[in-house]
Amino acid sequence: MKKITVIAIATLALLSSILLAAPAKKMIQVKGSDTMVNLVQILAEEYMGKTPGAAIAVLGGGSGTGITGLINQTCDVANSSREWKPKEIDQAWEKGIKPRFFVTAVDGLSIVVNEKNPIEQLTVAQVGALYRGEVKNWKAFGGSGMAVSLYGRQSNSGTYVFMQEFVLGNKNYSADMKEMNGNAQIIESILQDEGAVGYVGVGYLYDQTGKIRAGLKIITISKEPNGTGYLPTDKAAVDSGNYPISRPLYMATNGKPKTDVAQFLAWVSGPEGQAIVEREGFFAIGPAHIAQNDKNLK
Amino acid sequence: MKKRKWANLKESAIRAFFLTCGILAVLVLIGIFATLLATAVPAFKEIRLSEFLLKKNWDPTSPEKAEYGLLSMIVSTLMVTGGALLLAVPIGIGVAAYLSDVAHWRVREIVKPIVEILAAIPSVVVGFLGIVLFGPAIAKIFHTGNGLNALNGSILLAIMSLPTIISISEDSLNAVPQAYGEASLALGASRWQTLFRVKVPAALSGIIAACMLGMGRAIGETMTVLMVTGNARAFPHGFLGSVRTMTANIAIELGEVPYYTTHYYALFAIGLVLFVMTFIVNLAADVILRRYQEREQ
Repeated sequence: MKKITVIAIATLALLSSILLAAPAKKMIQVKGSDTMVNLVQILAEEYMGKTPGAAIAVLGGGSGTGITGLINQTCDVANSSREWKPKEIDQAWEKGIKPRFFVTAVDGLSIVVNEKNPIEQLTVAQVGALYRGEVKNWKAFGGSGMAVSLYGRQSNSGTYVFMQEFVLGNKNYSADMKEMNGNAQIIESILQDEGAVGYVGVGYLYDQTGKIRAGLKIITISKEPNGTGYLPTDKAAVDSGNYPISRPLYMATNGKPKTDVAQFLAWVSGPEGQAIVEREGFFAIGPAHIAQNDKNLK
Repeated sequence: MKKRKWANLKESAIRAFFLTCGILAVLVLIGIFATLLATAVPAFKEIRLSEFLLKKNWDPTSPEKAEYGLLSMIVSTLMVTGGALLLAVPIGIGVAAYLSDVAHWRVREIVKPIVEILAAIPSVVVGFLGIVLFGPAIAKIFHTGNGLNALNGSILLAIMSLPTIISISEDSLNAVPQAYGEASLALGASRWQTLFRVKVPAALSGIIAACMLGMGRAIGETMTVLMVTGNARAFPHGFLGSVRTMTANIAIELGEVPYYTTHYYALFAIGLVLFVMTFIVNLAADVILRRYQEREQ
């Protein structure tokens, strides 16, 4: 009996000493926007491949989830595809979190329909009318007599909030909008549904070979009726602001980022990171955003 | 003597262990209910109960005016569950009757375990089937453009509640005393008449209980429904329209809701409504089963 006890204690002591002695490998936890999750995952993988000892875990869940995560200190970096709301910044400050923002990439939010839909161009106001539920048939915009079938994201998505603010004019979404789990599910539904319209980040328009997915049609968007329409895949139009529905994608940290996080963020904002951003179908950030990132790193 | 004492000690230790287990199960239930109640009640400081239960619009994150009307989701939940039962009950009873009375014992030995394995398929996998298989099929048959609707959810929930219905119905059919069947056959009734006019009525309370347990399973299911019903917030337009059930809504919104706000409490209030509904269904099933067992004795 005694022997067993002695052995057990010895084993426990040995195990705990091994566990305590092992250098705690610090994982950088990144959480948030579903629009950004693929991009940031690839950035993290490439970065880890080049930097020995770096460990980064990237999770999705939606911008709201990431922001809540940073406020509750369950992650080191929060991805968001929208700006933080003043309420969220207040909540963070109350908890002693001082968020700093880094622009990772620029996204042109694209409005997509099934390729069988004859509509080619819409104004921002028309897209808003569709999503507010004011226009229920494509005929109103000169299309076929097909009923409009709305696809959107769920309310934890930054894209949902961005659309609501920028395109719907801060009005309610139509209650008939089908709320899907992510960008990919919206694309799959549009490929099947001839009356469909959906909004997704540009990164999701491409297949693995870098071509636009077959069966999709990207709507050109103009600011005014009969104005020139632009595509979200047109980098120059997004950069100049001619494409009206574009947005920066953010990564936020609590105060000045720690060394390992700072190195990652600097790399993302640098030429190597931005090359990957472009390769993944998003747009690289301009000089103003780079300057902002540099300032926040210090 | 020493051995005896040791045995007694062991006996009481084992008894204490099982008592603790029993109490623990009860405590967990009470704990869950108390937490749910305590977190749900603050919601009604700002939402009127009548508004919560009878209004149709749910939009807590609305930039215009936050609305907390649950009626559409209650109706959606009942529709999807009711549809599932409509499909699963006839099939379930048919399979149970076949297994208990018609099938060769060898067939039964193969089919029954397979039916029970059906219960072990993860709900995400069932949901995936709904997206890639039933969804496109429904869209094609009914020309709806998409298969994200209440019908799809009902079909999947029917599949998921079938094992419960079949398994318990078959048990209660087997529990019907053999003399009933023999008497019926001796009076010149055919096997079909014996099965459906004598045995099924005799096992009816067990079968009803089986269906209610299947219903309890269907009401509480989240993932499958979330994946295939489209989750539109509007009041249901019918079985071919998109619906959002209460479980799906909790799953969608709980991840991003700021803690300790009206929206947060309201989600727990939905949980409470759901809890009460499943509790009533399970209680009814239990009462019916008990009545049936008492009569047997």
